Amino acid sequence: MTVSILLFLPILAALAVLLFKNEAAKHAALFFAVVELGLALYFLAGFVPDASVQYAVDVPWIAQIGVYFSAGIDGISMVMVLLTTVLVPLIILTTYKHEYKNAKAFYALILFMQAGLLVVFTALDGFLFYVGWEAALIPIYFICALWGGENRIRINIKFFIYTFAGSLFMLLGIIYLYLQTPDKLYDIHKFYELSLSLTQQSWVFWAFFIAFAIKMPIFPFHTWQPDTYTEAPSAGTMMLSGIMLKMGIYGVIRWLIPNAPAGFLQWQTLVIILSVIGIVYASLIAFNQKDGKRLVAYSSIAHVGLIAAGIFAWTTQGVQGAMIQMLSHGINVVGMFFIWDIISRRLNTRDISQMGGIAKVAPNFSIAFLIIVLGTVALPLTNGFVGEFLLLKGVFNYNIWVAAVAGLTIIFGAVYMLRMYKNVMQGETNELTAVFADISGSEKLVLAIICVLIIGIGVYPQPILHISEAAVTNLVDTVSAKFNNSGF
Amino acid sequence: MITLIIISVLPIVLLYLGLYKAQKALLPVTIIGLLAALAAAVMQWTTNDQPQPIYNGMMLFNNFSVAFSVVSIISTILILLLSKGYFEKISTHIAEYYAIILFSLAGIIVMVSYHNLTMLFIGIEIMSVSLYILAGIRKKDFASNEAALKYFLMGAFSTGFLLFGITLIYGASGSFDLDVIRDWVVTHPRNIDPLFYTGILLIIVGLCFKVGAAPFHFWAPDVYEGAPSLITLFMSTVVKVAGFAAFLRLFSACFSTIADFWMPVLLVITIITLFIGNITALYQQSFKRMMAFSSISHAGYLLFAIVALGAGSANAVFMYATAYSIASIIAFGGLILVRQQTGSDNFEGFNGLAKKNPFLALVLTVSMLSLAGIPLTAGFIGKFFMFSGVLAHYNVWLVIIAVVNAIISIFYYFRLIIAMYFRSAERAEVEVPVYYKFVLGFSAIVTIIIGVYPAFISGLI
Repeated sequence: MTVSILLFLPILAALAVLLFKNEAAKHAALFFAVVELGLALYFLAGFVPDASVQYAVDVPWIAQIGVYFSAGIDGISMVMVLLTTVLVPLIILTTYKHEYKNAKAFYALILFMQAGLLVVFTALDGFLFYVGWEAALIPIYFICALWGGENRIRINIKFFIYTFAGSLFMLLGIIYLYLQTPDKLYDIHKFYELSLSLTQQSWVFWAFFIAFAIKMPIFPFHTWQPDTYTEAPSAGTMMLSGIMLKMGIYGVIRWLIPNAPAGFLQWQTLVIILSVIGIVYASLIAFNQKDGKRLVAYSSIAHVGLIAAGIFAWTTQGVQGAMIQMLSHGINVVGMFFIWDIISRRLNTRDISQMGGIAKVAPNFSIAFLIIVLGTVALPLTNGFVGEFLLLKGVFNYNIWVAAVAGLTIIFGAVYMLRMYKNVMQGETNELTAVFADISGSEKLVLAIICVLIIGIGVYPQPILHISEAAVTNLVDTVSAKFNNSGF
Repeated sequence: MITLIIISVLPIVLLYLGLYKAQKALLPVTIIGLLAALAAAVMQWTTNDQPQPIYNGMMLFNNFSVAFSVVSIISTILILLLSKGYFEKISTHIAEYYAIILFSLAGIIVMVSYHNLTMLFIGIEIMSVSLYILAGIRKKDFASNEAALKYFLMGAFSTGFLLFGITLIYGASGSFDLDVIRDWVVTHPRNIDPLFYTGILLIIVGLCFKVGAAPFHFWAPDVYEGAPSLITLFMSTVVKVAGFAAFLRLFSACFSTIADFWMPVLLVITIITLFIGNITALYQQSFKRMMAFSSISHAGYLLFAIVALGAGSANAVFMYATAYSIASIIAFGGLILVRQQTGSDNFEGFNGLAKKNPFLALVLTVSMLSLAGIPLTAGFIGKFFMFSGVLAHYNVWLVIIAVVNAIISIFYYFRLIIAMYFRSAERAEVEVPVYYKFVLGFSAIVTIIIGVYPAFISGLI
């Protein structure tokens, strides 16, 4: 049983969905996504949480230039695989009340994107990683541009150009590393064994960093993000924010820092400062947003900034915090965008100032909304707390002042999120909100699952942390050993 | 060799068929003949022994020639399939078109198999003279006439450069034979005659004219726009590929040891070509003209293989040229169909195509993604080989320039995708004849297959 089943199933599923009628496509897509989740859980059940790569597949692909179809799951990948396979069925379920034109193409693209994402999270070959990276981009471009809002053409070409530009530089980085390997292989373990000069590592660092920074996004590479998130159809926004931005974070952990440790050390201060600037900057903008979806988009930049800072501090705790926070952020942000999807579908607006009093007419909705808000602002006993605590601890070990500024994210986040909640849900109802119907059916199911995950992970995070612990410790130690050996 | 004989005899047969008014037989006979030529080419494939030049060193049919002959012949077959019903609209003398295209193909086979500079010259002339006629084949059309005249004047001029270059090389080295020239270069490392260097430069100028590399590209946009679309397609794919094969063969066989001299020149040409092609393509309203400029920028990428001359160059050119040719065939096939309906070459003509013709829109999207170099299409594999080759020569800045250009090209290739999928327009369904369905579908599938599993052709040469 190798990981290739996990990677090819969504592609076959995407093709299969195209054979269905448009009305039945969502059921088919959900079915395949749940099967994929079952498969991932089966993999998890047999997974030994040590630092080794499991379920590995390694077959020649373009053998004469050293490209292998090489993938496998270690602790870090396992968490990412869980993130993807849990969120995709949830996201498909959130679309149950939408009627998309040409729905089968929509769901096929989502499943195809899932395949790309899983390739990224499990690839152990540079070429395969790059192919997965782009294979995830094309479907989301079409999802956003075909089913998006008014300005979708202009905004999505900007999004595409931004990310494509970043990834081409990464491709150069990958080819460069390949050319340095003695056996001319794209194998990531061969990349890890290289000992390049500081200048070479700086080049490699920037080649990878730009791609990942754009994807996450880190300030100042974030300018595509708010527009794209706002204009995308809600399922697209969830795919982007819930899973796709984690490609960048995962890339930093797996491909950026271990491949160019000295280059990273050289620029560590700068990238941490950029991450922290992003936190403060995005939070300040989020304060002034009237559009709820946009507010969540900016809050996402702030949260990702903290994750980035935690990783760039490069301690075991920081990276472990990033791992669990990626999962938590994915769940919370999908929940948050779904909340706004529900609101905007009922009220035909996302303007916070026009709302109020929804809690009175929709009690179930208000409880779910509150739990998601609390998870997002990292209240203890919610999933957000575990990750942000570990991340801040990691940054604290690096520098206390940076940690102090980064910690603002929690305070800022609490302020704008709770204020948003207050303005939307509390107070008196008005003409618009008086007829707000409470959640029902698929909405209830999705929000219930999300709330259970938020509280479940918050109360008992240990199993999740345990999955990635050995792999993260091993990776951090390996890289630290490289720092010491090379004398930088 | 049998390939060349078949392709040379075939047009004469066709002319006789035309004489006896056997219009219906023209296309089948051509296709069957070309398939025979293809089979003959494939049978020449050798796996181990090194073939020797034949006819006193005039020609050398090795795997390199076989690979490029095969690409040229397959592209020509696909283009001719698209021509079903196309030439009848232009003129009554249909047999001549087929014959002239095949004569041109014969020249191309010579160009990819020469082992002597005189054969290079003869090959280029056979090809070019046929093309001068083809460009002007719409006798009454102003643009077509302009194209033919421009192409003829510029082409003749550039052939002059080429011939002069060959003469100087002969003067310095005493031979037209590639092996002898190479030996002469190797044995005279210190005292190479300045005439020889001048000869190389003139040959570069001549060949750059032929492949449409800047700053010798001025003829290309007008000729490509004025000529009938199928002829443009033939010129921008088969002819260009052959030009690069000839270019590569000469430089890797003879001049690889003195790369320090000509490499900077080609480097400058490459960079100018990339930028001029890409930036001008951005501003085009006509899809056909955009393709003309984009073909200039692709010439720039193809030059990478010569700038970073090495063992992998032939393979890189082969992959890139194959990907580019197939994608262009789809793009022009789509253009011809849309033009028949809307009567214009502009991007607006494609608006809303996806709603009425999902198949056509899908294959055109595959083609654009391939031209833009997006993974899982053949175009990416081509670019990937090119970038790897240049990076292996530690030419980081050139690759960065190439990346910038690849990003610019997204704008104009995606413009077509945006027009087809995201803009709406009142339009009727474009009728897609069955020949077109076959050619476009086949090309799209090949594009994806090469993109997903390039190993089956990437190791050939």
